[in-house]
Amino acid sequence: MIHFLTHDTEDNVGVAVVDIEAGTECTGRNLSDNKELKAKAFENIPLGHKIALKDFKTGDTVTKYANTIGKIVKDVKAGHHVHTQNLKTLRWA
Amino acid sequence: MAANVKTKVLGYKRENGRIGVRNHVLILPVDDISNAVCEAVANNIKGTMAIPHAYGRLQFGEDLEVHFRTIIGTGANPNVAAVIVVGIEDGWTKKIVDGIATTGKPVVGFSIEGKGDIKTIQAASYKAKEFVQWASELQRVECDFKDLYISVKCGESDTTTGLSSCPAVGNVLDKHCANGGTASFGETSELTGAEHIVAAKAADEKVKEDFFAMFNDYTKLVFDQKTNDLSESQPTKGNIAGGLTTIEEKALGNVEKLGKKTKFVGCLPPAVAPTKAGMWFMDTSSAAAEAVTLWAASGAVIHLFPTGQGNVIGNPIEPVIKVSGNPKTVATMGEHIDVDVSKVLQGEMTIDEAGDALIEMIVRTANGRLTAAEALGHREFSMTKLYRSA
Repeated sequence: MIHFLTHDTEDNVGVAVVDIEAGTECTGRNLSDNKELKAKAFENIPLGHKIALKDFKTGDTVTKYANTIGKIVKDVKAGHHVHTQNLKTLRWA
Repeated sequence: MAANVKTKVLGYKRENGRIGVRNHVLILPVDDISNAVCEAVANNIKGTMAIPHAYGRLQFGEDLEVHFRTIIGTGANPNVAAVIVVGIEDGWTKKIVDGIATTGKPVVGFSIEGKGDIKTIQAASYKAKEFVQWASELQRVECDFKDLYISVKCGESDTTTGLSSCPAVGNVLDKHCANGGTASFGETSELTGAEHIVAAKAADEKVKEDFFAMFNDYTKLVFDQKTNDLSESQPTKGNIAGGLTTIEEKALGNVEKLGKKTKFVGCLPPAVAPTKAGMWFMDTSSAAAEAVTLWAASGAVIHLFPTGQGNVIGNPIEPVIKVSGNPKTVATMGEHIDVDVSKVLQGEMTIDEAGDALIEMIVRTANGRLTAAEALGHREFSMTKLYRSA
């Protein structure tokens, strides 16, 4: 079973394609080269939500589709949930 | 053999040569205060459809032009066989009738002042009966798939739309436009964060300049009116529930609908029809009902609508085909979904196969299958309002 997908090799977050429970050793797949990825989830990640694939510090940018999707406003460790609590838009702000 | 873009469809060939896939007789109000007459006529004469709306009085300038284009374009759409126009007074009613009449289809206008609702309802009902009986004898004929003008826009998107349903639509547009077809995308504000990707798909420098002029104008509107960073408006609360965090992330999923190969050949103001084949950008709101109303008014006959969290939108005259790759939404809101591409998430369906499944559904819809939104009675007819009326 695939737990998460990434769009591009540059991406540093994955998208859960099933509901992931904390503690799960996850299998992922990158869509641009079809390579398998591994990550351990430390939080529940609902289907469609993002899992950090590296440790992020406040001020870091997040990459998805090989493009910047916003900036980190609160430190996030790998395997944790990346969403509105720690990621904000760089536009319209 | 599975359907493809060379498959023939059974459509209605209109007086001006355009191909429609529905055969509506519309009872069309010019303005909000003529809705009651229109609804009474549609109640009297079975098989006709009134499409009430909220505006049409004391508008001026560009806002009025968009209103006129939307009403005239809706009546002129090839999915419409004939039109009864009803307005409060003669002048603007005649303007709408004359605009629709350029297509060559039957259209008659009625105004209420000097007669009142009841006499207007009677006169319009006689004409509506004549039109609907005439339209009921029109026959579908074999048409080319490429002659279907297709619009695309997603709604209540989530991260699954960017992974599955949006690239499936992009796959359809690549195949349709390579075959000589016409298509349109829009959602101006929702390209924010992916505008460089859209610009790179412009067919030439002029098209790119036109795109940035429209995009920057909309961005200025957002900046001038905003009270915060638009969180919960763009992305919506539904988008956020589905895992989308920022407008940039939403836009990057959105533009997957543009396909991998197709360049866009021009930029259209709201409710303006394309002038040649190919993919077109239209300057629209990202709100589903408003945007699809503009595309229907530009002559689009089938709309492809990817949804993640389950937007239920329909349109009175343009069938809206819903495609979803979110397995939870397909399970919980299945009655709204026409094409299920959720197998893409586990790698059990390719994007190419998902595109072909969508083409198959376009053919079935063109041939007469009611979409989920049509069967459920979704007839959202929503005017774009640029600013306050006088």
